[in-house]
Amino acid sequence: MSPDGGGDIVEHAGLNAAIVSAFGTMAMLKRALSLSALEVFGSGWAWLALDRRSDKLVVQSTPNQDTPAMDASTVPLLGIDVWEHAYYLKHQSRRADYIKDWWHVVSWPEVARRYDAARAATGKAEL
Amino acid sequence: MLAFSISPLGLNLAPRASVRMAAGGEQILLARFGVPAPELSVDRRGALGLGAAACAALGTSMPAFAADDPMFTLPPLPYAYDALEPHIDAATMKFHHDFHHQAYITNLNKAMAGKPKADLVSLMPGAKAAKLNNAGGGHYNHCMFWSTLGPKAGGEPSGALGDAMAKAFGSYDDFKAQFSAAAAGVFGSGWAWLAVAKDGSVKIVTTPNQDNPLMDGATEAGLIPILGIDVWEHAYYLKYQNRRPEYIAAFYNVVNWAKVGEYYATAAAGKPIAF
Repeated sequence: MSPDGGGDIVEHAGLNAAIVSAFGTMAMLKRALSLSALEVFGSGWAWLALDRRSDKLVVQSTPNQDTPAMDASTVPLLGIDVWEHAYYLKHQSRRADYIKDWWHVVSWPEVARRYDAARAATGKAEL
Repeated sequence: MLAFSISPLGLNLAPRASVRMAAGGEQILLARFGVPAPELSVDRRGALGLGAAACAALGTSMPAFAADDPMFTLPPLPYAYDALEPHIDAATMKFHHDFHHQAYITNLNKAMAGKPKADLVSLMPGAKAAKLNNAGGGHYNHCMFWSTLGPKAGGEPSGALGDAMAKAFGSYDDFKAQFSAAAAGVFGSGWAWLAVAKDGSVKIVTTPNQDNPLMDGATEAGLIPILGIDVWEHAYYLKYQNRRPEYIAAFYNVVNWAKVGEYYATAAAGKPIAF
């Protein structure tokens, strides 16, 4: 995240192409990740991850403090914490409002850096 | 005391001018956040059909009950929202009861749409297999929670329950130490329970999320819960933030041991508590 984050423009050709390939548009990515985050029951996270086997972006959720990094085939690029402590003081039960707010602080340059790193690592480690 | 009027369509949180407002969570909420929106329940098919507008649509409020006759409805709190102050704050009670508990009921009604009317307790054993453990467990667990708390509460267990607890744990302080450790040790969302086994003995168990000991596969078989502490963060975060042990310590001040004693009698006879 970043105080200068947010926006719908990813100024990174590779990540941009990957988003279009996997989701069609940024809006569709946001919808998929938002829904995943909203549907987590109990404590957990929703993730944008790179599936190294298919070289495609995927959305997934994990319970508690599990992460896609626990599976060698997926690399987390962006995570939203939906444990209640992440939003309760400001949003109380309104997780959807927190998710909407959260998109305003996502650091796409950082996501792009992780995307590059994840693809560079692919092939060097066994899946 | 802060008074609220509840309209059929939601809540009116506007305080009456002559009422003294408690400092703390309630005042912060009203001053900064206004009336809280009902908890959203997600209808995946509906949301997916909305296309690019779905994210905006997620922010709209939804009615807190089904338009037609719902199978389950939210029981009113048996006491005022601020009755458990200062141990459990009024704002938490309001959000917890009116939004979180209501959301479980809303989702349970959706899951049971078109199905024959069933008692809530009857849904518990098969809840995990039927994928009703989240919404159905949430409804059951919170019914038990509100009913075992109260303002003229605290004190210590007595009678048959007191004897069973002394046998199992030792002193009341020993029980509290064990129960607190179990509640503090739950990772993520869940509950700690005092439950009755088939031979009338009591034990402490924990469950994740909204599971409870009545559910097949949740804990060892044959346990009937009679008291639970909700350690989902929504149960304590407004007042205690991350200080869950403080919330747990305060919890004992509001446990209605007389009610739990009644539940013990039912459970020791082999029957789950019905809600």
